[in-house]
Amino acid sequence: MSFWSQALEIARVDLRLERRIGDSLRIVLPFAVVSLLIVPLALGVRLSLAPQIGFAVFWALGILFGMQIALRHSASDSRVRRDLYTLLGVDPAARFVGRTISGALLTFAFLLALFATMLVIYGPDLPPRGIVVGPLTSALLAIGLTELGTLAGEVTSDLRNRSTLASLIVAPLAIPLVIGASQSIEALARDTSILPWVLLILATDLALAVAGVGLARPLEDATR
Amino acid sequence: MPRIAFLAQARVSLGDQTVLQDIDFTLERGHIAGVTGPNGSGKTTLLRTLATLVRVDQGRGEILGSDIKGDDIVAVRPSIGLIGHNPTTIPHLTLRENLDHVAKLRSLEPSRVDRVLEVVGLGEVSARTAKDSSYGMQRRLEVARLLLTKPRLLLLDESLSGLDVAASELISALIERTVSNDGGVVMVSHDTDLLKRVCHSLFHLDRGRLEDAK
Repeated sequence: MSFWSQALEIARVDLRLERRIGDSLRIVLPFAVVSLLIVPLALGVRLSLAPQIGFAVFWALGILFGMQIALRHSASDSRVRRDLYTLLGVDPAARFVGRTISGALLTFAFLLALFATMLVIYGPDLPPRGIVVGPLTSALLAIGLTELGTLAGEVTSDLRNRSTLASLIVAPLAIPLVIGASQSIEALARDTSILPWVLLILATDLALAVAGVGLARPLEDATR
Repeated sequence: MPRIAFLAQARVSLGDQTVLQDIDFTLERGHIAGVTGPNGSGKTTLLRTLATLVRVDQGRGEILGSDIKGDDIVAVRPSIGLIGHNPTTIPHLTLRENLDHVAKLRSLEPSRVDRVLEVVGLGEVSARTAKDSSYGMQRRLEVARLLLTKPRLLLLDESLSGLDVAASELISALIERTVSNDGGVVMVSHDTDLLKRVCHSLFHLDRGRLEDAK
């Protein structure tokens, strides 16, 4: 079976499992939406500030809860399942790509739902192109976060403090993604080019993809 | 290929604990080796080492003609079948989906899934998820997986315990098939009488050291 067929088969099964278990979206999304509601309440009498901070709150919550999804997704890769794939001869790089595809789709769906909810609750001034740029940058952010989560999951697999360590790895490395995503919307508002910010996210996604694919086999060997 | 598996002076550690030490083990083609020993003696680690799922720190070894420490060991892994303590299933997939997944990842004919499900007697319950299936059914599913993948090295960790007669017979048939195809089988069990009856060679493992017991 080719590399891509293996990756797509793993992604297909991951998404089927998510549909049945609903761990990521059914648990994380409601908490994120509640958090979106809490911020305007905390503003009190200065509620008129809400449209101005809508995007900032979206990116902050998107990153935090998006990381949760990425990490939960990587933690669902059990030792039994990894052993099964090893003995079936599945390329660890294909496993990384497959898990990234499914995780990115989940995270993207989450960010889209959160973005729409934020537009309704905060009513920010969305430039006309924002309806395209928001989802586009969300998609690129979802890919980067999932790559990070999958990599962190591999690095920390079988460690006792896995969940704490994985978060510590993901959080600082997500900074270029956060900057790129938030500044692209800012650039739209200022009517300047979004290209440098989109390229920053793209370059980060690409670097993480190269690292994930390149390190997949050595990481699998190291955790044997 | 002269032998299915061998280890020479192998040492295996898990974390900072040495679990297996000075292991000399050979499995010839068409042979069944039995391993017995008390709990915690390293039997499961020995099987996982032979499955190449655990690294050998020291010593040499070959599995199906490939150096256990070499890069080409990756290529022989699909020819290794392991039935461990706990069933290797994806709990939220149905029994059929579990096998479909394996068949797709190994580029096998989808129609073979139906055939092996019937052979192991899971045809009528194949829509049940693995987590909602009994232990015996999950064991049958593992046999079905190995019937699909046809391993040359079969590793069984207490695989006959807790099974009904029909399920035990399925595993026995799997062992016979592997042996008659010039493969090899390693069985770990506390049932020494069973191992003496079935195996060509018998080993006793105690505190990480392996001794000939036959």
